[in-house]
Amino acid sequence: MEEAAISTSTSSAPATEPAVELEGITKRFPGVVANRDIRLTVLRGHVHAIVGENGAGKSTLMKILYGMQRPDEGVIRVNGSPVSFRTPGDAIAAGIGMVHQHFMLADNLTVLENIILGSEPRKGGIGIDFAAARRKIKEISDAYGLGVSPDVLVEDLGVGARQRVEILKVLYRGARILILDEPTAVLVPQEVDELFDNLRGLVREGLTIIFISHKLDEVLRVADAITVIRRGTTVASVDPGDVTARRLAELMVGSELPSPETRESTVTDQVALAVRGLTVRAGDGRAVVEDVSFDIRKGEVLGIAGVEGNGQAELVEAIMGMRPAEGTITLDGADISAWATLRRREGGIGYIPEDRHRHGLLLGAPLWENRILGHQTRRPNVKGPWIDRAGARADTERIVREYDVRTPGIDVDAMALSGGNQQKLIVGREMSSEPVVLIASHPTRGVDVGAQAAIWDHLRAARARGLAVLLISADLDELIGLSDSLKVILRGRMVADVDPATVTPEQLGSAMTGATAEPADQLPAASDGPERLGSAAAEAGEEA
Amino acid sequence: MSSSFTDRLLGRVRLGGVLALAAPVLAVVFAGVVTSIILLLNGNQPFQTLGLLLDFSATPSIQVLILNTATTYYISALAVAIGFRMNLFNIGVDGQYRLAVLVAAAVGGAVTLPGPLHVGVIMLVAVLVGGLWASIAAVLKTARGVSEVISTIMLNAIATGFGAWLLTPGRLAVLNGNNVGTKPIGPSGHFPGIALVSGTQAKVFGMIIVAAVLGVAYHVVLNRTRFGFDLRATGRSETAAVASGINVKKMVLYTMILSGAVAGLVGLPQLLGASYSYSLDFPAGLGFTGIAIALMGRNNPIGIAVGALLWSFLDNSNDILDFNGIPKEIVIIMQGTIVLSVIIAYELVHRYRAVAEQRRVSRQLSTAAPTEPQGAAV
Amino acid sequence: MTVTGLSAKAPAAPPAARRLTLNWQVALLGVLALLVMMSLARVVTGANDITSGGTIGAAIGLAVPIGLAALGGLWSERSGVVNIGLEGMMILGTWCGAWGALTFGTPWAGVIAGTIGGALGGLLHAVATVTFGVDHIISGVAITLLGQGVTQYLSKLVFVGMKGGGETQSPRIPPIETVSVPGIGTPLRDLANTHVFLLSDLAGVLYGVTQNVSLFVILAILLVPLSFYLLWRTAFGLRLRSCGESPVAAESLGVNVYLYKYLAVVVSGALAGLGGAFLSIVAAGIYREGQTGGRGFIGLAAMIFGNWRPGGLAGGALLFGYTDALQLRQGGTSVHALLLVVAMLLAAFAVYQLVRQQRGRAALFTGIFAVLVFAVFATTDTVPEQFTSFTPHLTTLLVLSLASQRLRMPATDGLPYRKGQAT
Repeated sequence: MEEAAISTSTSSAPATEPAVELEGITKRFPGVVANRDIRLTVLRGHVHAIVGENGAGKSTLMKILYGMQRPDEGVIRVNGSPVSFRTPGDAIAAGIGMVHQHFMLADNLTVLENIILGSEPRKGGIGIDFAAARRKIKEISDAYGLGVSPDVLVEDLGVGARQRVEILKVLYRGARILILDEPTAVLVPQEVDELFDNLRGLVREGLTIIFISHKLDEVLRVADAITVIRRGTTVASVDPGDVTARRLAELMVGSELPSPETRESTVTDQVALAVRGLTVRAGDGRAVVEDVSFDIRKGEVLGIAGVEGNGQAELVEAIMGMRPAEGTITLDGADISAWATLRRREGGIGYIPEDRHRHGLLLGAPLWENRILGHQTRRPNVKGPWIDRAGARADTERIVREYDVRTPGIDVDAMALSGGNQQKLIVGREMSSEPVVLIASHPTRGVDVGAQAAIWDHLRAARARGLAVLLISADLDELIGLSDSLKVILRGRMVADVDPATVTPEQLGSAMTGATAEPADQLPAASDGPERLGSAAAEAGEEA
Repeated sequence: MSSSFTDRLLGRVRLGGVLALAAPVLAVVFAGVVTSIILLLNGNQPFQTLGLLLDFSATPSIQVLILNTATTYYISALAVAIGFRMNLFNIGVDGQYRLAVLVAAAVGGAVTLPGPLHVGVIMLVAVLVGGLWASIAAVLKTARGVSEVISTIMLNAIATGFGAWLLTPGRLAVLNGNNVGTKPIGPSGHFPGIALVSGTQAKVFGMIIVAAVLGVAYHVVLNRTRFGFDLRATGRSETAAVASGINVKKMVLYTMILSGAVAGLVGLPQLLGASYSYSLDFPAGLGFTGIAIALMGRNNPIGIAVGALLWSFLDNSNDILDFNGIPKEIVIIMQGTIVLSVIIAYELVHRYRAVAEQRRVSRQLSTAAPTEPQGAAV
Repeated sequence: MTVTGLSAKAPAAPPAARRLTLNWQVALLGVLALLVMMSLARVVTGANDITSGGTIGAAIGLAVPIGLAALGGLWSERSGVVNIGLEGMMILGTWCGAWGALTFGTPWAGVIAGTIGGALGGLLHAVATVTFGVDHIISGVAITLLGQGVTQYLSKLVFVGMKGGGETQSPRIPPIETVSVPGIGTPLRDLANTHVFLLSDLAGVLYGVTQNVSLFVILAILLVPLSFYLLWRTAFGLRLRSCGESPVAAESLGVNVYLYKYLAVVVSGALAGLGGAFLSIVAAGIYREGQTGGRGFIGLAAMIFGNWRPGGLAGGALLFGYTDALQLRQGGTSVHALLLVVAMLLAAFAVYQLVRQQRGRAALFTGIFAVLVFAVFATTDTVPEQFTSFTPHLTTLLVLSLASQRLRMPATDGLPYRKGQAT
């Protein structure tokens, strides 16, 4: 365990007293320690960033600060006095507000209703004073330039506008300390810029902002102070002026970040999967994937880079036959465009879904039944119309062994396993049918570092055996390291081809945001907008 | 393989088996306590009441009655359970069986065929009508997104009106004295009874064998076949089913029709074993009893059998209570309480199991994380 | 609808044109158009009962229990709890209503007792679904079974000993006062009896809504705007609805989700119980076993028909009450005449689809459907009486199959929710 190196630095801004202090916060869950001896001091009027990898314990920490979880040990002080939050209501009363990563908004209620919920202005006892609410929302919206109109249904708003509603929601409650949990994860670059403008406006008014992120370039742009969390504990507090993205990345990942690099090319010239002119339309007829074409050869990993929500999920579902699409898809020479999902799977497409709980597993079923899922027409799971229990069970044992799924047995329900072990089971299952093509959607999202390395190893090994892989990931490090070729998707279109051997995360990041929607050959040249969305962690990994 | 067997023995069976049994037993005991309180409030002795019921049910003729009614209940509960296994609520078993048995009775009365064939035709008609009627709800759900809960309830009412229309002289009915009913089925269409209980002339419905076969088939199809796997997977997670290549709409269609087809058989023990004709006094409401029993038996063929017997015992032995000045409707309260407490007990056991299993897994794997799981302050 | 404050790159908001805004003028116009069609059908077929004062009065009376059940469904489902146990709560209401009225000698005591009986059923549903997380449908079915059992048992205990009572029914219940708008009854009736196009129909409808209206009916009607006010205009209602739309968001803002769900389901039961009490006290004047006849379920259908809105469900209840009333008054010919109205409505809808929505294919289907209904109307003289009994149910199915995609239920309706899910 590292010593917690805390050095509360004061920036050029006038030194003020602390708004929030955390001391020795520890939180245990059954089997794991989510937070351990967290120490943190946030000064009033600062944007204080908390950075760390996925699963480092940032979110748990914020839930503790917002009263959604109670710490097992430690002290929280707000404006100098110790507090103990039982519910979010207590935190709100203490002037703390939280903008959740997944918006806490009711789609079918208006903006106004969402904002005033829980602290409604009254009129004559029980009636809501809508006029007063509207006035106050307008006031706040104008004061901070949020541009929120109160009488629209939330479902009609875009992502950026929803986020501003969330911010207004906490300001409406008089919050002086705002927690923003991964606020940029769902935003496009322009929206990120707008958000940062909004945040600067808030800080000017004397508010304090705690900004949680793992995107270091963003953090460096907006933060007045940075605290790094690694494996559940605070490892450093630094001044953004004194630190480079690379140094920050090293602090964040420590030294054990496994490298996903695969440089020896195994690409053959046999096309395994060919996609031509694929277009997917949303319910309202808008194209969410537009005229996408690509080939994946045997032994090749094709990575798709893009900010989330630019059509990746729809592209994958169209290839899997889960979503109607125009265009042709050819698998190993056969036109599969009209095939149903099951036939495509039988034909040799393996699928690691983005959301394993919704699409990859039957959480309430034992592991061996999960082994059958998606392979319910193939040996060793079935014999004719019958389920071959012995065969499926034996093969599940094999997967558990070969893929190192940590479980007491194959009769345990899938929900009892940790995320990493669930994912290893899925990878093992999808590999065991000897697929021609593997669609891997965020294959290492939300899994621990050990499982991540194991999954990368399996992908590499399969690629060497001639598997074609379509890799979709938000982790640029993973993308650059694993892919033989890279394409950038933006607003449903493939906007650039990139050579993963030469591209830097910064360049990739700016291509993803559309800052340089140029032909591929221009990409490696320095672009005007470096460090937009590139994960500096990747840079560190690459240079290591 | 030996380790997995041990796991089953020590792990799942211990948690799942005993607890799964504990839930209904506790619920029945709880329902007994509630019923006892009601009885005591009205000045009746609970144990004396139970004694009366048990004594009466020891009569051979009542035992036959219990087995016969349980046969009907069992088939009805199976029909409901088929839907339940994929989260489909076929509340329409009631309408499906009534319409099916009406048409089957009319067809059976209209034709004369050699023995087994006659019975076979009647059963086939019942299965087809039941499935057809259920398919309306299935199509409405798959094509138009109408919840099967509402549509089957509405179809029950429509089946009642439609059945009444069919059951008029000149259509499917004839006048037997002053009772309107279908033309009685000839002896070749009777399902022979079995003299299972000694000491009485009454015979147990031969359809009890069909019910038993259905129970076995239900278990085998659901647990040992691909179709059953698809069905259960869809019930557990529709999204995962879609991703794994299961055509969910087709499964809804098939399952609903299958459920309706089995529902079509619900009235046949009575029709082929006792009444031989469908008239207005034919037992109604069996579909709802089936829902209750399927819930009690947790969609398990053996659990359903136990539930059906319990239900039938309460229904058939309660007549004795009225003779002793105890309102026999007390058993309906007991039945209602059993259902409600059974489902709550199952839910509690399920929650307990999920937490316990998660803890067990993390404890067994705690080599990596030395910290013992502790109760999180929630 | 104005959409401002959106950044340039926001996903396109769905076009507002599709949403039909319902205001007073449109509603009034719709009612008038409907009246014209019905009048036309009456003149063509001579089925004078379809707009007679008696039919309208009966329709309102029959709509009340359905509407109250629907209102109960609204309260519960707006908080995210599906309440298929309305039927059982209604059954409790019928029995308790009769018992209260007989025991205390005044029908209003029965109204209160029926409400309490239903509320107890609601409480049970809340315990099962909210506290124990039991599937809402399963719990509802169980409560309906329990309601039947309890009332049968209690009838035997209580009503058997009473004069005029028996195992399956109660003695006569003291009636509730009715009121009439004075002075216009006779002229309206006379005008209605002249069977003049439109004028007589208007008179018939006015007679039905102004003469011999039970005070209970007025109370029930008032509950619709009251529910709207409570659910949409108060902090209490906003919190309650937020539990049905996004309990996670509600909890994150300190709303006690369990409490609001409990309140909603108990109120839901109380309203269903009130509907039951209406059946025994006003509609029949007597408690009879099986009196609800599935009206709890119809109420649920009326609520879905009304798109989980008070005004809509009131319309649905009126529609079902009306079809129910028709079958009592020369069912065959009246329902037959109604077919013509349906055909006209469908034709009008087809034109609307074609002209306003430019949905050619949909319009074609609706048009064919209209022609079919008209063909049935033209080739038959009457609808068999057994068919009239399920007119409301068939209407429900048709409406749901035509409109289910346009309906919008609360986002987390029927989903289990456990405290702390947000974490």
